[in-house]
Amino acid sequence: MKEGRHRHRRGHQNGRRLTIALAGNANVGKSVIFNQLTGSQQIIGNWPGKTVERAEGSLHIDGYDITIVDLPGIYSLSTYSMEELVTREYIAHEKPDVIINVVGAAVLERNLFFTLQLIEMEVPLVICLNQMDIAEDKGITIDSQKLQEILGRSVVTTVASTGKGIRELIEKAIGVVGRPVQRQPVAFRNDIEEDTKELSGMIEAEQLQLEYASRWVAIKLLEGDPTIKKLVGSKSTSVIRAAETLSNRLEELHQEPGFVAVASERYALANQIVHDVQTQKTVKLSLSDRLDRLATHKVFGYIVSLGVIGLLLIWTFTIGTLLSNLFSKAFSFFQPVDPKLSGTLLSALWNGVFGGFVAGVTLVVPYVVPFYIMLAIMEDSGILTRVAFMTDSAMHQIGLHGKAIIPLILGLGCNVPAICSTRIMGTRRERLLAAFAITFAPCAARTIIIMGLVAAFVGIWWALALYVIDILLLVVVVKIAVKAVPGELTGLIMEMHSFKRPSLSVVTRQTWARTKSLITLVFPIYMAGTAIVQGVYALGWFGPVNKALSFLTVGWLRLPVVAGVLLIFGAVRKELILLMAVAIFGSNIAGSLTPVQLIVLALVGTIYPCLATVGVLTKEFGWKAAWAIIGANTAIAIVVGGVAARALALIFH
Amino acid sequence: MSASTEEYLEALYTLTQDNKTATTSKISKRLNITPASVTEMLRKLADGGYVNYSRYQGVTLTAKGYEMAEKMTRKHRLLERFLHDVLKIGNDRVHKEACEMEHALSDTTERAICQTLKSPYKCPDDKKVIPACNLGFSSCEECKQWGDGLEKVGPRKTNVVSLAALKEKQEAKIAFIRGDNKALRRLLDMGLTPGTKVTISRVAPLKGPVEIAVRGSHLALGEKIACNVFVEKPINAGGGG
Ligand SMILES: Nc1nc2c(ncn2[C@@H]2O[C@H](COP(=O)(O)OP(=O)(O)OP(=O)(O)O)[C@@H](O)[C@H]2O)c(=O)[nH]1
Ligand SMILES: [Mg+2]
Repeated sequence: MKEGRHRHRRGHQNGRRLTIALAGNANVGKSVIFNQLTGSQQIIGNWPGKTVERAEGSLHIDGYDITIVDLPGIYSLSTYSMEELVTREYIAHEKPDVIINVVGAAVLERNLFFTLQLIEMEVPLVICLNQMDIAEDKGITIDSQKLQEILGRSVVTTVASTGKGIRELIEKAIGVVGRPVQRQPVAFRNDIEEDTKELSGMIEAEQLQLEYASRWVAIKLLEGDPTIKKLVGSKSTSVIRAAETLSNRLEELHQEPGFVAVASERYALANQIVHDVQTQKTVKLSLSDRLDRLATHKVFGYIVSLGVIGLLLIWTFTIGTLLSNLFSKAFSFFQPVDPKLSGTLLSALWNGVFGGFVAGVTLVVPYVVPFYIMLAIMEDSGILTRVAFMTDSAMHQIGLHGKAIIPLILGLGCNVPAICSTRIMGTRRERLLAAFAITFAPCAARTIIIMGLVAAFVGIWWALALYVIDILLLVVVVKIAVKAVPGELTGLIMEMHSFKRPSLSVVTRQTWARTKSLITLVFPIYMAGTAIVQGVYALGWFGPVNKALSFLTVGWLRLPVVAGVLLIFGAVRKELILLMAVAIFGSNIAGSLTPVQLIVLALVGTIYPCLATVGVLTKEFGWKAAWAIIGANTAIAIVVGGVAARALALIFH
Repeated sequence: MSASTEEYLEALYTLTQDNKTATTSKISKRLNITPASVTEMLRKLADGGYVNYSRYQGVTLTAKGYEMAEKMTRKHRLLERFLHDVLKIGNDRVHKEACEMEHALSDTTERAICQTLKSPYKCPDDKKVIPACNLGFSSCEECKQWGDGLEKVGPRKTNVVSLAALKEKQEAKIAFIRGDNKALRRLLDMGLTPGTKVTISRVAPLKGPVEIAVRGSHLALGEKIACNVFVEKPINAGGGG
């Protein structure tokens, strides 16, 4: 779709404005389609729940000026989860011109359950039958023409990962605009249909001026949806009374609550449709199935899970060190990496900016980029849901369930997106606990500190020991937090999608997207940070700050007095601890710090949270919860650091 | 039915889990009764249509026996939870106490305990699953809203077992989902409506999740969820019959 975008850039001022939203189950390819259409870089991967907030992008095509909206994946339009509620409100209130319902062809029946609900809402709809290749591999063929006839809505088949069918999809979607909204329902097959008709007839007769389609409101009333009941109740008591009578009768007749009866009927309908349009050949066990068996095997499954996490860390470790050394050599000929703490303020500042840049390239990029590549490969393969499956019982030991391992693994890169991903957890309590756990996950920045301070100057085994301590701490602290936060653990409910070969383009795009945001967001902070530190140093302002903190840094943690400033800057970005240390002590840090001090500095540095984490915690959970987490982290960092300083003194003497 | 018959049925319920066949010696050990008396009692139970018993093939429960056994087991385990959670009696003593009390526990009290404890699903020692209630309610919500009398509800028509009790490759139909509406709704939305056929595709070790195939998709359900999803008892699972 790229050509389209460029071709029409010129004329887009007078283009007609349209909004097209992508909605559907989790992991059906909505974001892949979104990226194809808009050229954006939404996160893609083979596990459910990546898109947590709606994203917008633009597309200029055929004289139209289109805003494409990518919605989080949901299974229903009830108000069970935040995502469902948000999507429902979005559809009802913001009324996009067209909704593209992305459907996973390999799981048609379950997807149709959602499609039927969109049809009930009587929104302008195009159905995108995506992942046709996956369906084919499973021996599934779908008669899309027939599906189109049954549903009364356009159906386009696509393979989003290769771009096949996307052009036709968008043309069909534009074609729907302006046509009168299709109101042709897919009728239920029994008494529920009569009840629905009766109620919707009443609603129409009373002209209630609801924002929703009357048929949909009628169904929701039969289901006993509290929000809709309240809405209708505020306008007409007679409709509510009729609804109550009907839904009581429904419950009596079906011997189950209204919402169960309606869901059952909807699924029965979906099942019938699948029966009519789909044929299934038996295929022999595919490679993907074999891999799946291995990854969830009683013994090998655990090895695979540990391997995934271990590989991520070791890979980052080894490739990172290798590249870091290479880049340092390449840059060494520029020389001015060593700090300059005398001379004019300006030259100190300039030296800082450059030093920050070089340090970013030689210390940060080498570790972070390999991690991102490996993460993208794993994400796109589908292994993460298997790890969640295998680690579920182990995660229960610390009071979380298996799904929490996915954000934790993301947290090995950066805590910020990982904390956003905690939305895949069911309840606020679980999200909060998972987020707390993530703040201890050894993220790339922490790896850099551990590598730069400890592995480089004390020894690789001490670096590994720090990892182990970090993870033990995570386990202990979360276990305590689980006791402290009231509530019960809900169980794991997670869809398992088949393994697939990670696509090169997805991996490179994803890595690039993440690296780009690292460079644009973080490099300026590095450069400004090192410049400011050197400037402040040159001006002689360090003294007072360090002195004020010396009771902590010197008295308790037994660090040199400059550690105060290091830790303050470390809060901005963790890596700055290392970069600043280099700026102050020169590249041979060990000349100025003892091994114990190096370890303590790394330990404290890895535990307390950075500002970005504080920000995302506040955004996701409010300031109260955020500050509780941050307070806990800081206190633990200080206590652990002080204890370590004394314990290690015994070992290193 | 006498208290001792009920004890036998309960023991058989536990011993015949996982399709196993109970033997006289196992029962005798479990109930601490001589093998001779066990044999005699088993004959009586066989005459009453509660068990299939032949000397050399061991004992299995009939459908009728299974139903009784499950009911008693449910009452026993619910009582254990009640004694433990509400009356704070120690884990080492709840079993014995519950054994004494279960025979006098009416359906009305059983239901009240279940509601008070918010449909618990496991014993206090967190090992064994509490069987589903057999009072014919379609959901816990309905039970909550139902008035006092239980006569009109009637007993459940089918025997059910929790998904957690099934083995890989077994197939069964969803019958009942225990717990609050939230969990129920989520599972409904994912396709687990009553009557839906599911196949167990994998069971993770160490009380891990089960993976089921349902409506062409694969779902992982944690142990807690699996314990609360009940299916019609597959023909070859549990104590036969
Ligand atoms: N083989 C194949 N893979 C696809 C196709 N479309 C998407 N995928 C893959 O399916 C997975 C999910 O795609 P996403 O676009 O992230 O799914 P989503 O619908 O945005 O998912 P959520 O944001 O989690 O709701 C990724 O691994 C994609 O590479 C397709 O047509 N064929
Ligand atoms: Mg997405």
